[in-house]
Formats: sequence, C-alpha cells, structure tokens
Amino acid sequence: MIRVVLPTHLRRLAQVAGEVQLEVQDPATQRAVLDALESRYPMLRGTIRDQVTHQRRAFIRFFALEQDLSHESPDGLLPEAVAKGEEPLVVIGAMAGGRSGR
Amino acid sequence: MSGVRVLVGTRKGAFVLTSDGTRDEWDVSGPHFPGWEIYHVKGSPADPNRLYASQTSGWFGQVIQRSNDAGKTWEPVGNKFVYEGVPGTHQWYDGTPRPWEFKRVWHLEPSANDPDTLYAGVEDASLFRSTDGGGSWQELPGLRGHGSGPNWQPGAGGMCLHTILVDPTNPDRIFIAISAAGVFRTDDAGKTWQPMNRGLHSQGIPDPDAEVGHCVHRIAIHPSRPNVLFMQKHWDVMRSDDAGGSWHEISGNLPCDFGFPIDVHAHEPETIYVIPIKSDSEHFVPEGKLRVYRSRTGGNEWEALTKGLPQNDCYVNVLRDAMAVDTLDPCGVYFGTSGGQLYASPDAGNSWTPIVRDLPGVLSVEVQTLK
Repeated sequence: MIRVVLPTHLRRLAQVAGEVQLEVQDPATQRAVLDALESRYPMLRGTIRDQVTHQRRAFIRFFALEQDLSHESPDGLLPEAVAKGEEPLVVIGAMAGGRSGR
Repeated sequence: MSGVRVLVGTRKGAFVLTSDGTRDEWDVSGPHFPGWEIYHVKGSPADPNRLYASQTSGWFGQVIQRSNDAGKTWEPVGNKFVYEGVPGTHQWYDGTPRPWEFKRVWHLEPSANDPDTLYAGVEDASLFRSTDGGGSWQELPGLRGHGSGPNWQPGAGGMCLHTILVDPTNPDRIFIAISAAGVFRTDDAGKTWQPMNRGLHSQGIPDPDAEVGHCVHRIAIHPSRPNVLFMQKHWDVMRSDDAGGSWHEISGNLPCDFGFPIDVHAHEPETIYVIPIKSDSEHFVPEGKLRVYRSRTGGNEWEALTKGLPQNDCYVNVLRDAMAVDTLDPCGVYFGTSGGQLYASPDAGNSWTPIVRDLPGVLSVEVQTLK
C-alpha cells in the first residue's frame, strides 16, 4: 500500500478523511500512484495533473521524506520508504500562487 | 406559494439564498465548496432542482458540480474541456501569438427544455456543450474557427466567453460574447458563427470600428423580444433592434457609461438596468455612491435608483454576471458586489435591502423563480 496525503480541498472533493491508501502495481512511480488515485477517485482527474498531457499542474507540489519530488520524472521510482508505505507521498498546493485574474 | 432562490457565486464558495414570494425573509445556505472560486451557478429552467456550478481554483483547476436537489447536495461531474483539433493561437496582451489554453468556465447556460443539456463559456474563449448533465463536454469549434480567432485578445480578466443567450423562440440561434472579441451569433445551433459588432466603437483597439476586438462586458435579452439586445460594453451602453446586426449607443444621461452588468425587467422589455462604474482604471462606483440606473425607455433616459443603497464612502464593483431578475410581479432585481453585499429589490429597483452584507466578493448572481 502506498500512502498519499491530499490537500484539504482535494480531500473534500474526493470525500475522504485523512490519508488515502492505494494499491499500486510495481514499479511504484509518481505516474502509477496518480493513475491509481484518479482511478479510485475520478473526481480528482484534472486537479493534480492535466487530463490530456498528464503534466503536473503548475501550483501542485509532491513532497516525501522532507524532499521536493515535484521535478522528478513521473516515471522515476519513488523513494523506497514511500513505495513500502512507511512514509506518505504528500500532494500540496504551493504556498504562493493560484491567484486568478477575474 | 411562489418563492425565489438566488444562486450566488463568490471568490470563496457558493451560497443559496431562498425566500417566499414576499422576498422579506431569507434563508442563507453555504458556503458550498468553501475556499474555491465559484464563477457561476445556474439552475435548469426545465427542472428547478437541477443546478450546475463552475468551481475553479488556480491550484486545482476546473471542477463542474451538479445538484439534483436544489443545492442541498452536489456531485462533481465532467471537467474535461479539450479544444477540437489543433487549437491554434490568439493574441496575447503584448500582441504576440499565444496558443489557446483552457483555464476555467466562466458561465454555464442550461437548456430551456432539457435539464441534461447545457452550454459552458470558457477561457480561453470557446463554447462547449454537454448533453449528459455535464458528464462530458464537446466544443462547438465553429466559433473559435470563425477565422478571426488569431486576432482575439484577452480583456483584463482573461480571454473569456462570458455570456450565452439562447433565443427563447429559436434554440438554433445563440448569441455569445467574448472579452475582448465581441458578440457572435449562430443561426444553426453552433455550426457557423458571424460577428455581430457593427456600430460598436472602441478607442482601445487599433481600428475603433473593427469587425472583432471589442471588449463587450455583457449582453441581455428579453424573452418576448428576441431581436432586441442590450449591451454593456467596456465603455458605452448599446442597443440592437435587429438581433445584433447593428448597434447604437443608448448611454444617454448616465453619469458614466463604463460598467459590467446589464439586465432587463422581467415584464417590461424596455426597462433595463445598469450599474455605472467610474472607469476601467478605477473599478468602483463613482462618487462613493452605489447607484443602479434604470431606463424605462429602452435606453438614453436613465434614473438613479438609490433608496437603501449606500450613498457615501462606497467603493465596490459589480461584476458582469452579478445581476439578475426574478419573474414575480413586481419584478425583483438582485446584484452582488465585490464587497460581499447581496442587494435585493422586490419592487423593480425602487428600493433595495441587503440580503447578506459580508459574503466573499461576489462573482455571479442568478435567480430562480419558484412556482
């Protein structure tokens, strides 16, 4: 099981409390985790990554083990502690940004 | 007993305000989707319990919400908005070409007779349609492919398709407005489109009388007179008596003809409402006075409506989708401000009362009249 921590807004959207636990097939990559997350919670499609290009949205970050994994390849292996479920992959909205122009 | 439901989109959530036909006492529910920008909430004329909301965030993108119980519960539906084919480019603020990129839904327009059919006006400007209750969306590419698209440019708020008016007597005829491209009309249910901007004059563009490029802020129509359109342009209040074929100015004695919303009385097709704003560089009401202006002559002759509205030290704005009318008699008029006040007039604008004073900044207001 891989553990994922979602930001408050996405927990509400997905109607989950606390961490999400996902069965992810090897190899455990960002892409595999997001595929599993969106498969379980289809309402999250488009909120973390683009639905067509699968590019991470600009103000979304991925943290784990006190490191920023946002710029890692989506097909790179996640840290072993995340893959084993010992540590969560944390999805957050970046501290700054997200302002619209209306 | 009749009643009214006011659907309010704000910078930090949606609110549903309900009253009986007296419009004296209000129940306020919300915030729904707290923390998200709610650009628009609108109900289906075919099923008043069916509501749609555009929920958006700079962090998390676009979500479309649907309710089948008048806003008590909601479910997220389809949020995949993909332009048909190669999107091409439009002009950026600096005049350079910029690829079309979906950003958000500004306006949702449910069909008059099918609760599962609705249109979405989006930024970057295009029109989408869903026929499955918002589950999936298809672009009507004839608009973006009109040929003038590479010359469209964003207004200050983005290049948004913000107004969708379906002719109540002919569902194949649709008017849309884009900031800053102008008005377009289709007569074949969205396959082909023509610009409808003759008579508009805009100093802020290279050719003030250009066929496209005008910053139209809002257009409005009365159901009994589908060939008569009213427009609040960036500057100028305008009128067309030939379904958009030509426009003439009706700003008349307004203290200022810059503004965002415009709407028509439910029972008097020559009675219209605007809210003048000081200028495009000072987005607040002039002289610290919040005044709705009403014309009962289809334009040119305007009277200030001030009873119950702040007449000193007021510096709010009212955005383009933030005014609406009910269909009770007398007609109710509603608008929301950037300061979070939601004002209601149960007597066609003669007097005003705030339903709520301290919401987040209001982005949109729609009204459902309940029989």
